[in-house]
Amino acid sequence: MDGGSTSETRVPPSVAVDEAVSTKVQIAAQPLYASRIKVHPKSVSGFYRTIKWAVLGFCLSVYYLAPWLRWDRGPNAPDQAILIDMPGRKAYFFMIEIWPQEVYFLTGLLVIAAIVLFLVTSLFGRLWCGYACPQTVWTDLFMLVERWIEGDRNARIKLDAAPNSVSKIAKRTAKHASWLAIAAATGGAWVLYFGDAPTLIGEIFTGRASVTEYFFIGLFTATTYTLAGLAREQVCTYMCPWPRFQSAMLDDQSYVVTYEAWRGEPRGKLAKKAEGADPWAGRGDCVDCNSCVATCPTGIDIRDGQQLECIGCGLCVDACDAVMAKVNRPLGLIRFDTLANQQARACGAPATHKFVRPRTILYASVLAVVGSVMLAALLLRTTVEMNVLRDRNPLFSTLVDGRIRNAYTIHVLNKTHAEQVYTLRAAGVPGAVLTAIGDDTPGDTLRIVAKPDSVANSRIFVTAPLAGLRGDASTKIEFRLDGASGGGRAEYRSVFLAPGR
Amino acid sequence: MPTKIEKDAVTGTETTGHEWDGIKELNTPLPKWWLYSYYATILWSIAYFVLYPAWPSLSGHTPGVLGWTMRGEIAAEMEAAKAAQGPMLRRIAASSLDDIRKSTDLQAYAMAGGRSAFGVQCAPCHGAGGAGAKGFPNLVDDSWIWGGTLDDIYTTIQFGIRNANDKSRLSQMPRFGVDGMLTAAQIDDVAEYVLSLSRRSRDAGAAKRGEAVYAENCVACHQEGGKGNPEMGAPNLAANIWTFGGDKATIVESVRNARAGSMPAWIDRLDDATIKMLAVYVHALGGGK
Repeated sequence: MDGGSTSETRVPPSVAVDEAVSTKVQIAAQPLYASRIKVHPKSVSGFYRTIKWAVLGFCLSVYYLAPWLRWDRGPNAPDQAILIDMPGRKAYFFMIEIWPQEVYFLTGLLVIAAIVLFLVTSLFGRLWCGYACPQTVWTDLFMLVERWIEGDRNARIKLDAAPNSVSKIAKRTAKHASWLAIAAATGGAWVLYFGDAPTLIGEIFTGRASVTEYFFIGLFTATTYTLAGLAREQVCTYMCPWPRFQSAMLDDQSYVVTYEAWRGEPRGKLAKKAEGADPWAGRGDCVDCNSCVATCPTGIDIRDGQQLECIGCGLCVDACDAVMAKVNRPLGLIRFDTLANQQARACGAPATHKFVRPRTILYASVLAVVGSVMLAALLLRTTVEMNVLRDRNPLFSTLVDGRIRNAYTIHVLNKTHAEQVYTLRAAGVPGAVLTAIGDDTPGDTLRIVAKPDSVANSRIFVTAPLAGLRGDASTKIEFRLDGASGGGRAEYRSVFLAPGR
Repeated sequence: MPTKIEKDAVTGTETTGHEWDGIKELNTPLPKWWLYSYYATILWSIAYFVLYPAWPSLSGHTPGVLGWTMRGEIAAEMEAAKAAQGPMLRRIAASSLDDIRKSTDLQAYAMAGGRSAFGVQCAPCHGAGGAGAKGFPNLVDDSWIWGGTLDDIYTTIQFGIRNANDKSRLSQMPRFGVDGMLTAAQIDDVAEYVLSLSRRSRDAGAAKRGEAVYAENCVACHQEGGKGNPEMGAPNLAANIWTFGGDKATIVESVRNARAGSMPAWIDRLDDATIKMLAVYVHALGGGK
C-alpha cells in the first residue's frame, strides 16, 4: 500500500483479484468475543446520592430486620409477623394469613406490584432501576465496601494496573472476604423468612439447620457475590428483561435523566481567556470534565442521549451540578426532566409537567380496580370453607330396604387458630338422613370437629327413601355447615343421584 | 464471508456482511462471560458423562462411575417408604379390628392403606369404588352374602370363598335343573316366586306355585321370605340387589345351573396388617354392619 490511493486502482484489469482478508487480520480488526470493560464509578455527593443512600438504608433494614418482627396469633400459630411456612403450607403477613387455596392473593399482589411499577415508570422514569431494585441496592453496597478498602476511582484504576504485591493481594482479599460476608448474610436472612427466625439463627450457627436451609444460604451467597460483586451493570444490560421493555411505559412526558445539549454544546475545556473577555462566549456550558461518565455506575456517557444502559439513578446529575456550581453556570445541565420539557426549554418556552395522560390514567384505573378487588377479597375472607366431593364410583347404591344412598367426602377448612365443632346439615332431599364413618346413628345433623388451622376430612353418607325423590335421577342437595360462636358458616351445593324412573 | 470488512457509518461498528432489504447486521462481539459460560456447560456435560449413565452401546449403556440408575433410585425410595410405614403397620397388626376402628389415627391410616391395597388387589373384580360387576358382589351396599360385620369381612378376605384354602368359606348350591331335581316348569315357577319377593312378579299364579317349590327346595338356605343366610353364603333374594342379575332369565339360569362365585384366600398372599386395613376400608365403604 502506498499512501492515499486504494489497491483497486493499482491492479491491472486482466488479473482477477480476490479481496479475501485472512482470519487473523479479521480477528485483529474485530475480536469475536469482547471482554467486559471494567467500570470504576467515582464517588459523588449531592441531592440524588443522599436519596439513594436513604433508600439503600431503608431497603436493607427492611430485608434484614423484617423476619425478626413478632405478631401474636395465639398459642396455635407462629408469632412471626412475616413467615412462609412451607411444611405447614401457610403464609403469614401480620394479620393476614394465606392458605394454598388462596394463592390468588399472591397473584393479586404481584399484579398490583407490576402495575405500580408501570405507573411509577411512566410518571417518574426508572426509579425502580436506579433506587429500589435489589441489584442496584446490593451493587451500591458492594461498591461502598470496595471504595473503603481500595479507595476511590483513581486509586482503584491504579491498583488494577499495579503489579501483584503484598498490599494489593491484601486489599483484594479483604474486599472479596467482605463481599462474601455480606453475601452470606443476605442468604442467611433469606431463609429466616421460612422459619422461626430466633430458633433458626441458632440452628444455622450451630450446624443443626437442615440441608435445604444451608443449600439456599449457599445459593443466595453465590448469586449475591456474583451479581452484585462481579457482574454488576452486566445484569442490567444483558440479563434483565425490564430495561428491554420498560421503554413501552415511557413517553416524552416521563421523567428521565437528560442532558441539555441545547445549552451544553459545543462542549470544550474551559480555557483561560484574556481579562474582561467572556469565557463562555461562543461555546456551551459543558466543560467536558467527564465527571458524569466517571460517576456512572453503568459506565455510559449520558451526553450521548437516551440509552438502554441508563438506570436513571441521577448520580451524573449530582456530579454535573457540583461542577456547574464551581464554574458559576446554572445547575441542571444534566437533570431529571421530560423530553417534552427539554424541547420546550431549548426553544426558551416554559417547562410544563403533564402528569395526567391517557397512559397514566389507564395504569391508575387498572391499579384501582385490581386493588379494590383484592381488598374486597381480603375483607370477605371467611374463617371456614367447605368442599364436597361426591362419590362417582358408584354414583349411588341401593340398600336392602330399598332406600338410596349417596356418599360424599367433605373437606372442612378451619382457618381459625382454635379447635372448632361444626354442625353439618343437608337440605333438599326429602327424608334424607346423614351418617358418617364412626357416627352410625342416622340423624338430621352430623358433628364435624376440625383441629386449629387444619382441614378435617370426613366421608359421609346421605340415605333417602326412593319415594321422596319422585323418580328424579338427580336431586339438588345443599350442605350447610354451622360453626359454634366465631366458627363461621359455609354452604355447598351438590346433587343426590338415584336410579331414574 | 465478506470480502471486505465494512464499517457502519453511524456507530463505527463493523458489519457482518449480511444484508436484508438494505438492513445490515452489526458485528457486535459476544461478551466473554458468555463464551466462558458455554465452556462451563461443556465441562459439566463431560463430568456428567463420567458420573452418570450416558452413552448407549449395542447392548446397554455406559454405567457411569457413580453407578446411579433411575430404577435403583426408585427402589431406594420404595425401601425408605416401606421403612417409614413400618411402625404404623406393626401397630395395626398388633391391634384388634375394634381397636383400629376406635383409634382415630389407626382408622385414618387403615383407610388410606386399605384404599391403596384395594386398588391393587380387589379393584380388578370388585371395581375401583367397590361397586362390583356381574358375578362380583357390590361392596358398597348393605347386602352381604357372607356377612357384613368387620369380623365377617376380615374372615372373608383372609380365607376367601370356594378355594383350596382349608378355612375357605364353602357352600354349594345344587344344580336344580342340570341334575334333574326340578323340572323346567318348576324352575320357571320358583323364579316367578323369587321375583315376587321384590314385588316384580307379573304372574301371581306361577308365583303361588313357585312358593311351594321354594318351601321344599330353597328355604333351608335362603330362609323364609328369601332374606338369605350369611352363615351359608346364601344371598338375600328379596332386596332386589343381585350379584349375577335379577331378571327372570338370569334367575332361571341361576336355579338351573347354580352359581358358585369364588374368591382367593388373601392370607396366602398378603400380610395381616394389609388384610386388616382392607377389612376396615371395605367396612367403611358404606355397607358395613
